[in-house]
Amino acid sequence: MKLKRIMIAAGLLAALCAPAAQATPTLGDKLPARKSTADHGKFKELQRDFKSGPEVTKACLECHNDAAEQVMHTKHWTWEVVDPKSGRKLGKKNIINNFCTSTISNEKDCMACHAGYGWQDKSFDFAKQENVDCLICHDGTGTYRKLPGDAGHPIYERKEFPHGSGKLVEATDLKKVAQNVALPSRANCGSCHFFGAGGDGTKHGDLDSSLRNPAKYLDVHMDAKGLDFTCVSCHKTSAHQVAGSRYDLSAARTGPARPRGKADDNPASCQSCHGDKPHKESLLHAERLNAHTETLACQTCHIPEYARNGIGTEQSWDWSTATKMGPDGKPLFVKDSAGRRAFDSKKGDFAWDSWLIPEYRWFNGKLSYKTVGDTIDPARTVEINHPEGGPREPGARIWPFKVHRGKQAYDPEHKYLLVAHTAGEDHAALWHNFDWPKAIEAGMRTAGLPWSGKYGFVATEMSWPITHMVAPKSEAVGCAQCHGAESRLKGVAGVWLPGLHKNDWLDLAGWSAALLALLGVLIHGSVRICVLCRKTRKAS
Amino acid sequence: MNTPVRPGHIYLYKRYERFWHWSQAALIIFMLITGFEVHGSYENFGFRRAVEYHTLAAWTLLTLWAFTIFWQFTTGEWRQYIPTYKKVGAMVHYYAYGIFTGAPHPFQKTARKKHNPLQRLAYLALLSLVSPIIWGSGLFYLFYAYWKDFGIDRWLTLEAVALTHTAGAFMMLVFFIAHVYLTTTGHTPLAHIKTMITGWEEEETQH
Repeated sequence: MKLKRIMIAAGLLAALCAPAAQATPTLGDKLPARKSTADHGKFKELQRDFKSGPEVTKACLECHNDAAEQVMHTKHWTWEVVDPKSGRKLGKKNIINNFCTSTISNEKDCMACHAGYGWQDKSFDFAKQENVDCLICHDGTGTYRKLPGDAGHPIYERKEFPHGSGKLVEATDLKKVAQNVALPSRANCGSCHFFGAGGDGTKHGDLDSSLRNPAKYLDVHMDAKGLDFTCVSCHKTSAHQVAGSRYDLSAARTGPARPRGKADDNPASCQSCHGDKPHKESLLHAERLNAHTETLACQTCHIPEYARNGIGTEQSWDWSTATKMGPDGKPLFVKDSAGRRAFDSKKGDFAWDSWLIPEYRWFNGKLSYKTVGDTIDPARTVEINHPEGGPREPGARIWPFKVHRGKQAYDPEHKYLLVAHTAGEDHAALWHNFDWPKAIEAGMRTAGLPWSGKYGFVATEMSWPITHMVAPKSEAVGCAQCHGAESRLKGVAGVWLPGLHKNDWLDLAGWSAALLALLGVLIHGSVRICVLCRKTRKAS
Repeated sequence: MNTPVRPGHIYLYKRYERFWHWSQAALIIFMLITGFEVHGSYENFGFRRAVEYHTLAAWTLLTLWAFTIFWQFTTGEWRQYIPTYKKVGAMVHYYAYGIFTGAPHPFQKTARKKHNPLQRLAYLALLSLVSPIIWGSGLFYLFYAYWKDFGIDRWLTLEAVALTHTAGAFMMLVFFIAHVYLTTTGHTPLAHIKTMITGWEEEETQH
């Protein structure tokens, strides 16, 4: 009887609780797992096995019939940008960088980051729609990978990578990837942009894999537990055109914040959301911080250091020691104390570091580049790119830069940087055969430029504007970091900083006057005391 | 308020005058300290705090001056700063020689003439030369953010303003050193300070 009563009570309790639990579902229960309005897994076009990337693209284009055409008008496809100011052809296809130097003759490796399939030499068909790679940006599974050596194709069958390492990588399940496409996440963009120049964090310093899931201190906007911005939150994309590019950078946007989506504006600048007077200041500060925006980029104060993690970034790459072998005559690979490459017989010497204070330079948003065949002065450090702009130029601000330094091969007679054929398994490839003349000969032949047969190494540097890894405001660069004897802006022309700059003559005159006054009163006082003492002695 | 009476003493500095003097002294010392930190001479509060304190002290001093100017004119005390050349020579002679021999002070202070002729000249120079240099440059310095709105940035540089301000600060420092030393030249070394605190000056007796 008692047991029955307990059971009834328990049943009642359960009945009372159950509807209550159902009545207050959390918001998450009701939201679909995906943000998209379409479940691609249910499309019959995608319910099949795919043998290659282009096959997937063909399936995508059955519905998204303008997508390939749109992509074909972007840098992600052409790797070429015509500079509107100089008319010069820039982009990865034409410029030289300070890392792997040139894509020419090395396409099979470099095109692992091309949004396309099959670009391995000049014969690549830029008009063939199925060559567009949708998945490199839209993979929602995190399993889609393209490896150097495959000219932009994903992994079709299990293979050893890196070559000779004994490590196996599995083939990508293209069906699964195709059925799980999504808007680009930080990891999608990062699959190339975090790994520029061949390794995590190598190239940019403000972009590396730590931004897949960053904490607030690393990036206040991308903070995975906070605002959780993706790359395209700022790099607002329309018809596959991604806003905000190093080739067309808004260095000094002025005016108030503007609503997203205005076609005439660069939505990837800080000011497009924050305006150019973003600081709320008390009377005591008299708009002092907002006045700084006339001189400084937002990034200059709000990114106190770049590479703020253990990944770090490459500081220099010296090609002149490449092909040097170990004591046993075999290729050598040496890591630094943090496990990053320090020397590689294929590539030369490297230096890495983390938590780096940027170098500061005037910049109007235009970087002028050395492209293949441009004349250089070997007596001086060659600026692979040069930030244009100077003091009192309305469109210029002082910007933070990562300056990557190194040494590159050049032709002492023709006075230009050399294109070397580095990547590949053929006998001319530097990373295979360790023979500079052969590699240069092959590279220059592909580039269509004469080579004198001689080569030397010249000091080079390349400037990378720092714009990601924006810290919370409490971590912004403090006043004294610039307004002090050890100023970060020491040596930057055209600014006069209280606390740093002085007029030595005025200081000399001022302190001398004060010292003379002090001496004067001390002497006058001493004489008075002496006279008084003598008088007192006489009186006694 | 009726002037109080105390035998053998004269009431030289009224309550407001003393309040003004000492608060101004504190503010000027504080501004010298914070100002030279902003200038980069040493590190104490940190640049940011130094700037904030310096600005706060400037606003406080300006407020104090607003009241003081009002006080000077309502009481007629501003006349104390009218310069005179009478006895200037005697004063110079006294400080250069007489003070050592125990010669009598050539100037007898009264409530109507509380500053000796040299003092009058020094204070006038402070008011008409050092003050305008410091306040003129200081306000331009403070409101640098607004220069563009008025086109000032086309003809004035921050460097010129900052250097002028620094020059003014050095003048103030020299004045401060001399001023503090001269307080010891009363009939006892602390007599002047005492007067400035209590307001009462002992009438000079011949030694």
